[in-house]
Amino acid sequence: MPVKLHVNKISLSFGGIKALSEVEFQVNAGEIFAVIGPNGAGKTSLINSINGFYTPQEGSIIFEGGDISHMPPYKRAALGISRTFQNIALYTNATVLDNLMAARHIHMKTGMMSGALFWGAAQREEIAHRRRVEEIIEFLEMEHIRKSIVGTLSYGLRKRVELGRALALEPTLLLLDEPMAGMNVEEKEDMARFILDIHELQGTTIMLIEHDIGLVMDISHRIAVIDFGVKIGEGAPDEISRDEAVITAYLGEEEV
Amino acid sequence: MANIHPAGVFDTTYEEDMSIDRTARDKLWKNLAFLALLLAPLVSVSGPLGLGWVSDQYIGLIARIAIFVIAVQGLNILVGYTGQISLGHAAFMAIGAYGSAILARELGFSFWTALPASALLTGLIGLLFGLPSLRVKGFYLAMATLAAQFIIPWALRYPMEDLTGGTRPLNVPAPMIGPFASYADDKLSNDEPLVFEAGDPYFVDVISVSLESVAGGSPVIEVVNPAGDAVPYGDVSMTVYRDAADKVTGLSYIASKAGAYQVSIRAEDGGAFEATVQRSKALSFATSIAMYYIIVPLAVLLMFLARNIIRTRTGRAFISVRDNDLAAELLGINVFTYKLRAFFLSAVYAGIAGCLLAYERNSLSLDAFQLDTSIEMLAMLIIGGAGFPLGAMFGVTFIRLLQEAMIPTLRPWLSDWLPQLLPFVDAVNITSAINPILFGGTLIIFLVLEPRGIAHRWEVFKVAWKLRPYSY
Repeated sequence: MPVKLHVNKISLSFGGIKALSEVEFQVNAGEIFAVIGPNGAGKTSLINSINGFYTPQEGSIIFEGGDISHMPPYKRAALGISRTFQNIALYTNATVLDNLMAARHIHMKTGMMSGALFWGAAQREEIAHRRRVEEIIEFLEMEHIRKSIVGTLSYGLRKRVELGRALALEPTLLLLDEPMAGMNVEEKEDMARFILDIHELQGTTIMLIEHDIGLVMDISHRIAVIDFGVKIGEGAPDEISRDEAVITAYLGEEEV
Repeated sequence: MANIHPAGVFDTTYEEDMSIDRTARDKLWKNLAFLALLLAPLVSVSGPLGLGWVSDQYIGLIARIAIFVIAVQGLNILVGYTGQISLGHAAFMAIGAYGSAILARELGFSFWTALPASALLTGLIGLLFGLPSLRVKGFYLAMATLAAQFIIPWALRYPMEDLTGGTRPLNVPAPMIGPFASYADDKLSNDEPLVFEAGDPYFVDVISVSLESVAGGSPVIEVVNPAGDAVPYGDVSMTVYRDAADKVTGLSYIASKAGAYQVSIRAEDGGAFEATVQRSKALSFATSIAMYYIIVPLAVLLMFLARNIIRTRTGRAFISVRDNDLAAELLGINVFTYKLRAFFLSAVYAGIAGCLLAYERNSLSLDAFQLDTSIEMLAMLIIGGAGFPLGAMFGVTFIRLLQEAMIPTLRPWLSDWLPQLLPFVDAVNITSAINPILFGGTLIIFLVLEPRGIAHRWEVFKVAWKLRPYSY
């Protein structure tokens, strides 16, 4: 399997605090890769480094063979890296449709002038992309809320809208930052089903951060474990569940 | 919510779903409103039909409302949709106003070329003052744009005094289409002045005088208007042509007043001159009724264009920047360039409004473009509904009606009654404070009771109307 993303020994620190130190792993194309670790371990900093919100002081990030370490975030998005956020970051005062259409930005061409006239090519493009967005709405079963203002929706639905927005970008690498945080079992199962469907139907490479270990074990192909900014384990789910260092990090040391 | 249709109307295509006016009735109402706006000046007191159904005062009021609707819609794009605060909007209007006036006075631009040129100029200067938005947000950005509000009027008043006239008002020529082919050709000599009648305020007479030969002596061409005054060479309706030696070779003059004009030629240091005088007709927009037909359709067009920008790719990028700039950047939107685009677009709208204001008043003064105007426009936007397509229209109309119709009505009654209520305050102070009190009071009432503005109320009302007699 070709390597999709290579995080090459990145170190990130904020003043004296080391958020990540020499973290290295590879995500293969077409796999579901999970990153787990206790709170404050540096998982979100890792995702923020991958899509350019933070720039690591050391190391490099290689995406599809090219170094993207110093690329601004919006250009990384145009390469096909999309994400969701731990604390939902939707466009709150816009409708679900507009949120998804806004994510089609990199695929659209209409400028200010042609948009102002809303005629010919601009209108055709609008409709073509609306079709694509409607497919995503149907896939995520949100037809009933497509014209609702996002700010009025429930937490679970918002999480789903955010997944939809990330998908509307047609990513080849999807970064999910705690997609199931704060959900009940039923909602979690729905979300897991969506993630598996995205992977299966579109072949998207998915990298996710999640705290629900049971769920992570079930859906991911490989797992990396981070603690205090250091990678302490990597491997298939059954290897990770037997790993001494991981068990120590999560459960503490066994009393002898 | 705004997208609720009456019972039985369903969207079957995306075109239908995206249309602004979904039903034939929506379209009819809108077209009728536009038609009424277009017909209003024709049936006004000084209108060409002489019907007198509408007072002239209201024609002027509608034109001024339309100008400010353009300006506030520009502010709406920047503040309401992109979430960048600007306190320098009146200064951008000043650039549009003075830019177009100077282009017309100094470089001979017509209104039709001065309008886009000054709008573009304003846009570029707006871009410059939008640069701080890269680093600062919210309150700090407001401070940075406040700099524009002080620097621009200062620059127009002092360093550019030769062009702008500084504190003195600057005259602006009226927009004109033409002149068309000449209808009369006359000879003019030292002994025989030419006398002709002009009269129509819409189809004015344009005379162009050209000397046959200028060798020897300094000629002076004089135009005397119906009031009996000689028109000075600096007048806005006159253009004087000179040769390399600064001798007058001819002039053109727009005779817009009714009555008899006299054109004569004399020589300051002896010598006899012959000149030809061509008279032609031109369509002039010097009257407020004619200006109305430039301003109102342009305002409607600009509202339409703004609405389309907002509902397509650029507008969604603006909204993304407003609602969550971090997410926008991480999802492929170049936040900085979109902020700059919003500043540019907003300044272009301000520039157009400023240019129209200059040509509507025929005279310009910097007093109209001070900080209080900027703040007033922000207040109009908030009352109308920031971030709503019709917010600017509602806000400006409401505030202008309040200032020009409601307050003058309430004023006598209030200045009679308030001093009795507050005997310990000097009655003169109370009377002079009534306007700001009512204006400020209205703003406070809106912020408390309807912070989303009149436009939000209007959407709620529209939904209720479409769903009647059921409420859900």
